[in-house]
Amino acid sequence: MELDPLLLSRIQFAFVVSFHAIFPVFTIGLASFIAVLEGLAFKTGDGVWVKLSAFWTTVFAVVFGMGVVSGIVMSFQFGTNWSNFAQASANFLGPVLSYEVITAFFLEAAFLGVLLFGRDKVPAGVHLMAAIMVATGTFISSFWILSANSWMHTPAGYELREGVFHVTSWSEAIFNPSFPYRFLHMALASFLTGGFVVAGVSAWYLLRGREIEANRKALSMCLWLLLFIAPAQAVVGDYHGLNTLEHQPTKVAAMEGNWETSKNVPLLLFAIPDQDNQSNLYEIGVPGLASLILTHEWDGEVPGLNEAPIAEQPPVAIVFWAFRVMVGLGLLMILFAVTGLILRAGGRYWRSTWFLHGLRFMSFTPFLAVLAGWIVTETGRAPWLVYGVMTHAESLTPSLTGGMALFTLLGYMIVYALVFSAGLYYLLRVLYVGMEDSHDGDKYEAERPSRPFSAAHVSFEIDQNGHTGNPASQEGH
Amino acid sequence: MELFDLPLIWAFIIGFGIIMYVLMDGFDLGVGILFPFAPNEEARDVMMNSVAPVWDGNETWLVLGGAGLLAAFPLVYTIFLPALYIGVFLLLAGLIFRGVAFEFRFKARSSRYLWNWAFAGGSTIASFAQGAVVGAYIQGFETSNGVYVGGALDWLTPFSVLTGLGMLAGYALLGSTWLIMKTEGELQAWAYRLTLPLLTAVLVVFGVISIWTPFVDELVRDRWFANLSVIWILPVLTLLCAFQIYRSVRNRYEGMPFVATMGLFITTYLGLVVSRWPYVVPPDYTLWEAASAYQSQLFLLLGLLFVIPIVLVYTAWTYWVFRGKVRAGEGYH
Ligand code: HDD
Ligand code: HEM
Ligand code: HEM
Repeated sequence: MELDPLLLSRIQFAFVVSFHAIFPVFTIGLASFIAVLEGLAFKTGDGVWVKLSAFWTTVFAVVFGMGVVSGIVMSFQFGTNWSNFAQASANFLGPVLSYEVITAFFLEAAFLGVLLFGRDKVPAGVHLMAAIMVATGTFISSFWILSANSWMHTPAGYELREGVFHVTSWSEAIFNPSFPYRFLHMALASFLTGGFVVAGVSAWYLLRGREIEANRKALSMCLWLLLFIAPAQAVVGDYHGLNTLEHQPTKVAAMEGNWETSKNVPLLLFAIPDQDNQSNLYEIGVPGLASLILTHEWDGEVPGLNEAPIAEQPPVAIVFWAFRVMVGLGLLMILFAVTGLILRAGGRYWRSTWFLHGLRFMSFTPFLAVLAGWIVTETGRAPWLVYGVMTHAESLTPSLTGGMALFTLLGYMIVYALVFSAGLYYLLRVLYVGMEDSHDGDKYEAERPSRPFSAAHVSFEIDQNGHTGNPASQEGH
Repeated sequence: MELFDLPLIWAFIIGFGIIMYVLMDGFDLGVGILFPFAPNEEARDVMMNSVAPVWDGNETWLVLGGAGLLAAFPLVYTIFLPALYIGVFLLLAGLIFRGVAFEFRFKARSSRYLWNWAFAGGSTIASFAQGAVVGAYIQGFETSNGVYVGGALDWLTPFSVLTGLGMLAGYALLGSTWLIMKTEGELQAWAYRLTLPLLTAVLVVFGVISIWTPFVDELVRDRWFANLSVIWILPVLTLLCAFQIYRSVRNRYEGMPFVATMGLFITTYLGLVVSRWPYVVPPDYTLWEAASAYQSQLFLLLGLLFVIPIVLVYTAWTYWVFRGKVRAGEGYH
């Protein structure tokens, strides 16, 4: 069988970008959380905040490091596998990605060191500022990259000359029609990720009776945050969808599993989309609800997949189900946030075992929701890479053969599997050891705490008697 | 006509970025190349510590190089990367292993040797791949209508293998002279012993490349032997730098060998640039043909002029904070 470089390149891009994406969404949320903790520590001088901040900074360092290595791969993907696309869109994407490097990456790199290791070396105010700068850097970074991505969905401010995009208005191109929604939706997704992970880990510590005081405070903070942003995400998501309806109606039709343009469209809870027959099997739905959500009228007309030629339809089943995973998890998040409020009334939120176990489980869901969301967005625009203008097939590197693409795809899979399973293992160790030990850095003098991971003073293997981590800490056990 | 010759300005900026990257990441890659040969495990700790605070910032210049090329000279980006497809993968894989080795090695006990190998292997592969890119650049690329049309392994020739080896030797030299400056005692003595053999290796490889290049490429031949004889000043300067390395190592100077090695790299680099000027995608495209739209170059230039000076201040400050010798078992400065 002939190896298809297009398919392999798409799989490769989806693989490396999905891998990359899970780290930033967490670091963006966590960076802001740490900045808040630092602010509280600065204002109140209470040691609990310092302890929390030091611990979560350690976790942050590990995740950030993995974000950096996987990000370097991303910046070369456009050239290696999508060179026609890179050539055509360089006038816009080049400056935008370069601005990301000079305004965000260098800022993050510079202040990260001070944040991680400077607590005793710079005045408290400077340390707080470093935390704020790192958090700002992550937002600047997502600003640029999401602008680039949104432009590919809703291209604006450009003119095509001889197959090359020329920017006619930078403000229209950067602030293109889907950008504000995508940026907000992604920012909330990052906060949800940070919030649910911190809540889940704190819950786990509380269940084991470790550092009750600090973890209760962290959990309480997260639950307040989630109470506001989980519902907000649903609202923003709704507006995001309306915007998509305007610019990419076919994608929305795929999300709804709606084959024919019609009125009074049901909201499908379950269906198996059958692309060959252009219809669904086993539909279960709520009558009229999709019309109501999308047009805000019970009998509003909703465009169907039949508006697009079959060759220009995305793979409907993937978009349909990924959308349901995202929204389902979003609703579950709201449920947990509200439950937290109810339990708070009785002061039980940090003692109710089933709730804490539930939160532990919930710490994985934002990552799933984020990946599902990106799959909706990116798969839903197929076959277009720049919506309505340039297809995946036109974008591919002409000299790329199936063999080359397969080689690197397998290569990345092996490299990532090795490196990131080690990273994940290490991260779990950091969590396992916990915040009891995060403050004895001076015992580890040979360890120059100068790189992200080195902030985490936890050893890599489990030693003979089953203890993990810092030998110094075990003296106290 | 536009007001400024922006492609020319951009050529200087990218050229500056590349040499910044080569000098800065060069010495920390070099430390990685020398890693397996270190006298003992304690020396390895010191070696790693000497570059740990700065290597991450150094690598960000590579990311800037990639994005900057896409912005200013998209044709270079979209021909080099497909042409070097396999090489780029090796480079990135090397950088990934090396990057995480920094992080994991200090936490590891029984598996420490694995991270030693990841660090050394990653650094070696990444350095070799970079050298091979230089060789591939000198050879030129098979293109048609602004698109690469050659095969997957066209870049891999005896010539590019030689330039790859040259880069390995060169980075190792940067690494050993860096260690002379940053360390003392047994480790420093070891670095002193390594430097002259490495210098010899570098000179031999560079010499062969210099003799070979005019045969690989006609433009270079004309440039050096027919119309531009002033540029012979560059090899003369290179040799002076080499002599300076030799002399300063004999006299046990500590900072000078590193400075002179940087000089050696800069003059060689300039020699390469003038041989090829103004072709950025040899043999067919000049920098003006490879440039992106005037509007785009201008838009980015305006931001760059503000931000890059600040970035340089950060960088200088970091090196200032970590100045001085690195000692075994010593904490953070
Ligand atoms: C919503 C946020 C977001 C998204 C969608 C992406 N990234 Fe990212 N990226 C970040 C947010 C981020 C970050 C939070 O800013 C990171 C994480 C760790 C870090 O150092 O910065 C980062 C790191 C990072 C790095 C390493 C930076 C360094 O050396 O310090 C590169 C080169 C990229 N990214 C490039 C990309 C590309 C080419 C993407 C898309 C195709 C992409 N990122 C998607
Ligand atoms: C960070 C979160 C992101 C995730 C998880 C993600 C996920 C995906 C997935 C799953 C695909 C495959 C769709 C398909 O082929 O059917 C894809 C395609 C693509 N995306 Fe994204 N994406 C993300 C962000 C971005 C950004 C920020 C950009 C550009 C600046 C981008 C550019 C592309 C390109 C060029 C493709 C086409 C290649 C392909 O089809 O695989 N993506 N993405
Ligand atoms: C609860 C109700 C939610 C609704 C109605 C909703 C709606 C949407 C819609 C319509 C899109 C596709 C936009 C497009 O392709 O143009 C989308 C994308 C996305 N969603 Fe959601 N969403 C919800 C919850 C969530 C949650 C809880 C998360 C993660 C924590 C999330 C993360 C994402 C991401 C990462 C994307 C892709 C990037 C983007 O286009 O913004 N969503 N969402």
